[in-house]
Amino acid sequence: MTERIVIIGAGQAGAQAAASLRQEGFAGAVALIGAEAHPPYQRPPLSKAYLQGALARDRLWLRPAAFYEKENIALRLGARVARIDRAARRVALDTGEALAYDRLLIATGAPPRRLACPGADLAGVAYLRGIDDSDALRPLLAGARRLVVVGAGYIGLEVAAVARKAGLAVTAVEAAERALKRVAGPPVSAWFEALHRAHGVELRFGETVAAFEGRGRVEAAVLASGEAIACDAVLVAIGAAPETGLAAAAGLPVDDGIVVDETARTEDPAVWAAGDCANFPSPLYGRRMRLESVPNAIEQAKAAAANMAGRRTVYDAVPWFWSDQYDAKLQTAGIGAGADEIVERGAPGAKARAAWYLREGRLIAVDALNDIPAFAVGKRLIAAKARPSPKTLADPDADLKSLLT
Amino acid sequence: MPKITFIENDGTEHVVEAEVGLSVMEAAVRNMVPGIDADCGGACACATCHVYVDEAWRDKTGKPEAMEESMLDFAYEPKENSRLSCQITVSEALDGLVVRLPEFQG
Ligand SMILES: Cc1cc2nc3c(=O)[nH]c(=O)nc-3n(C[C@H](O)[C@H](O)[C@H](O)COP(=O)(O)OP(=O)(O)OC[C@H]3O[C@@H](n4cnc5c(N)ncnc54)[C@H](O)[C@@H]3O)c2cc1C
Ligand code: FES
Repeated sequence: MTERIVIIGAGQAGAQAAASLRQEGFAGAVALIGAEAHPPYQRPPLSKAYLQGALARDRLWLRPAAFYEKENIALRLGARVARIDRAARRVALDTGEALAYDRLLIATGAPPRRLACPGADLAGVAYLRGIDDSDALRPLLAGARRLVVVGAGYIGLEVAAVARKAGLAVTAVEAAERALKRVAGPPVSAWFEALHRAHGVELRFGETVAAFEGRGRVEAAVLASGEAIACDAVLVAIGAAPETGLAAAAGLPVDDGIVVDETARTEDPAVWAAGDCANFPSPLYGRRMRLESVPNAIEQAKAAAANMAGRRTVYDAVPWFWSDQYDAKLQTAGIGAGADEIVERGAPGAKARAAWYLREGRLIAVDALNDIPAFAVGKRLIAAKARPSPKTLADPDADLKSLLT
Repeated sequence: MPKITFIENDGTEHVVEAEVGLSVMEAAVRNMVPGIDADCGGACACATCHVYVDEAWRDKTGKPEAMEESMLDFAYEPKENSRLSCQITVSEALDGLVVRLPEFQG
């Protein structure tokens, strides 16, 4: 009988897994089921060029429609999986239809965390995850004069940059004492705070939004301190939570993501998970983690597909990420959490800067702002568990390539 | 529409019609040319869209900008005629362009 693989979630990881299954030579049936009406697409431009109106929608598609036909991948869009029945190896769609599988991949992503405060459902309060959100946010910004961004993470800051370029007054409200606290060290926060202040963004740290006020539409964000910030648009960007409902209901272990092993497999030998929704053990770092990035979705999906096709592969890529804000390009390699030393390269205020994260002398991450050599060399050194000299790392005139030999 | 020829490392040729205004990378992806991964989707951040521009076309495709040049420096086997295909915009002037793909991306 033909083997059947079902993939839940037609996003970055799901689409990659489907393509990689064919590259691995899997000849059985592949069904790729996506709740959204759109074909698999890239999300990064949704807070950057696409939001600005500088990129046509069809440039977001990861692959042409003909690809799925050619590779015999049954793409089911606008279809939501309602339940996984592991005993019967079947998934039920919300239409009532059932699909049998021999192996299952869960790639359901991580939708935004929601604010539950009074007024959170007023018109003008927006979130950003998908094309439809970006399509709704663009006219909202175009018709607004004052934007409040709740949360100074990457998505919040990227939207702040787009809104400033469009001439809106922008205030970002962040509960932590600095920007990007969850993902970057203090020096990197300082670069981005300086960048946004130079572009006229008002940054408010250590403040939370207690309520939104307005008659029918948002007119103000009220902080816990009682202060009201007048606004006619709000973007809430306070992080994402892994979509684990299906897995949990099916009795699979969930702990900040669907728990998988280094081959992306869950406790059930017929079920894998990859991308934003998966919590995996990193051999490189010797601990479990969950990442939200395109390279993680791609590489983990490739590993999952290889294992599902019968070729044992351990997922152990160096994580990386990028963010574009104004004319600045940030590239990050590795995970800096747990660093005991951060070494900076580049003079204060210089266009090219890097922050190197070391733990007991070993390089574990680098944040590189307009500094591609630092990113590229850093990525290799991290993979090699290298212990580069902090003196060389700090020297903006050093030839970083010399560290690779 | 301008025609672009992609030649894989093993010599396999793909002649595709490319929409003006898209990048050469997008022309490859839309026409299912294998060997261009384009992981970052054209953000000049991943170097998995590396190509070698045919000598006859190097003037017309122009020189990489500083960021791209720096990315290429760390690509797999960069050469004088290396470019990131996401940074080359398709125009009528590139009708007939020939690019070769490296053995690996990344
Ligand atoms: C605005 C924005 C900007 C970003 N910028 C960057 C960036 O610059 N660089 C970077 O590396 N990363 C960036 N990211 C993160 C990156 O896009 C994600 O890490 C990546 O998309 C994760 O892929 P995934 O397949 O795990 O999840 P997704 O791409 O989110 O796909 C999951 C899909 O599963 C579907 N789904 C969920 N439940 C079901 C169900 N029950 N049935 C059917 N389908 C279901 C969802 O509708 C969704 O389409 C950005 C994300 C956003 C939102
Ligand atoms: S697609 Fe990533 S650099 Fe060209």
